Amino acid sequence: MLASLTSALTDLLALLPFMSPDRAQIVIDSFWPMLKGGIYYSIPLALISFAIGMMIALIVALIRIVPRTGWLHEIVYRLARIYVSAIRGTPMLVQLFIIFYGLPSVGVKLDPFPSAIIAFSLNIGAYASETVRASILSIPKGQWEAGSTVGLTYLQTFRHVILPQALRVSVPPLSNTFISLVKDTSLASLVLVTELFKQAQIITARNYEFMLVYTEAAFIYWGICLFLTFIQGKLETRLDRYVAK
Amino acid sequence: MIQITNIHKAFGTNQVLKGIDLSIDKGKVVVILGPSGSGKTTFLRCINALEIPDQGVIAFDDNSLSVDFSAKPNKKKLLALQRKSGMVFQSYNLFPHKTALQNLMLGPTVVQGVSKADAQAQALALLNKVGLADKADLYPFQLSGGQQQRIGIARALAIEPSLLLFDEPTSALDPELVQDVLETMKQLASEGWTMVVVTHEISFARDVADHVVLIEDGHVVEEGSAQQMFELSTHPRTQAFLQRIES
Repeated sequence: MLASLTSALTDLLALLPFMSPDRAQIVIDSFWPMLKGGIYYSIPLALISFAIGMMIALIVALIRIVPRTGWLHEIVYRLARIYVSAIRGTPMLVQLFIIFYGLPSVGVKLDPFPSAIIAFSLNIGAYASETVRASILSIPKGQWEAGSTVGLTYLQTFRHVILPQALRVSVPPLSNTFISLVKDTSLASLVLVTELFKQAQIITARNYEFMLVYTEAAFIYWGICLFLTFIQGKLETRLDRYVAK
Repeated sequence: MIQITNIHKAFGTNQVLKGIDLSIDKGKVVVILGPSGSGKTTFLRCINALEIPDQGVIAFDDNSLSVDFSAKPNKKKLLALQRKSGMVFQSYNLFPHKTALQNLMLGPTVVQGVSKADAQAQALALLNKVGLADKADLYPFQLSGGQQQRIGIARALAIEPSLLLFDEPTSALDPELVQDVLETMKQLASEGWTMVVVTHEISFARDVADHVVLIEDGHVVEEGSAQQMFELSTHPRTQAFLQRIES
């Protein structure tokens, strides 16, 4: 069944311009390894890094928003600012290389996958902290006041009143960040993670069909991002239920 | 019930409150009048710790709480002061992501640890009281301004405060909706709630207030019963204010 389906698909592809039966076979043969690279590495890499990154972002945003009292908070606040500035001011590829190729020389040896997770999480944390901070600040002051007049503490107001509203505001920009991240996971190929694009490179090293295989890889990324955009739309509709249209 | 003494508050170099005293008796309605910029809203917000006075004392007669602002009050005391009173805002400030019912339930469930079922029953009773039981599952954006403000009042009642504070509760409303909200407030007054109301609704003050206070430029100009303030006052600034507002 599957075999007859793929052979039918191969015949169909062979009819396209610039294609031949051989090339069509390459496209079909490359598809699974690349998709597997995506499913086993690219997507988990993106999801895990995003989850960790969002936790970092929330903490950094809070450090920067909560009124500063005391020297300890002041120090943490400065450190948070330096972190955001350093991550945003340096290329992600350079950070990735420092973690994977650089750290071993000071005795910290990490596998490819954890190295990539660390680099991507730190990046998402820095970029998303600005988005989260702006979303929180966009909620009117009256909401904080209303929270405190029903007796909530600062943190309770944040948790029950501000955060749910800020979440709604931040879904579109954070989706943007996430989709960028999905594509940036291709950088992990340079630290030997066998994700989607690394698979593409392995395949082209064998058959030299660069145009064909890299274009196919591009289409697979596109497909994944279309799916994510669809999820984003669903999420926005759900979160927008309390907003006047 | 509450003794408020010598409240001072400045924003930067702008001295807004210059020593205000007020005593509020249990079950009485105090109406605060004054031109805009007089400090009356700031004063009201001080009672709820939304603004922290620079000095002054807020003390409850039953000795349950006394906060002296000359020294920096600790967080616990401020939270206790907050929880003494319910606040109704000019711009309602309902929680837009929660239904009418959920707006009322948040305080009791999170702060007082009331069970969901109990909080819901109490919230429904309060919605019923303000005549909006049928709107329980609607979000604020689906309600008119007057309805939103009555939900705001019900939300203030839900935390079972000792007193209710109203900050120009009808100023943002369309004229035809003002009456609904005032009726609800009159009903509360007749039920014996202790209320402090900042408003420009002179007729409400005449009908309902037990005590009227005129604040100008951060000072209390004159205070007394509604009759004394509106009919018998000879204070030139009181007369000037009433003339301005009634013309």
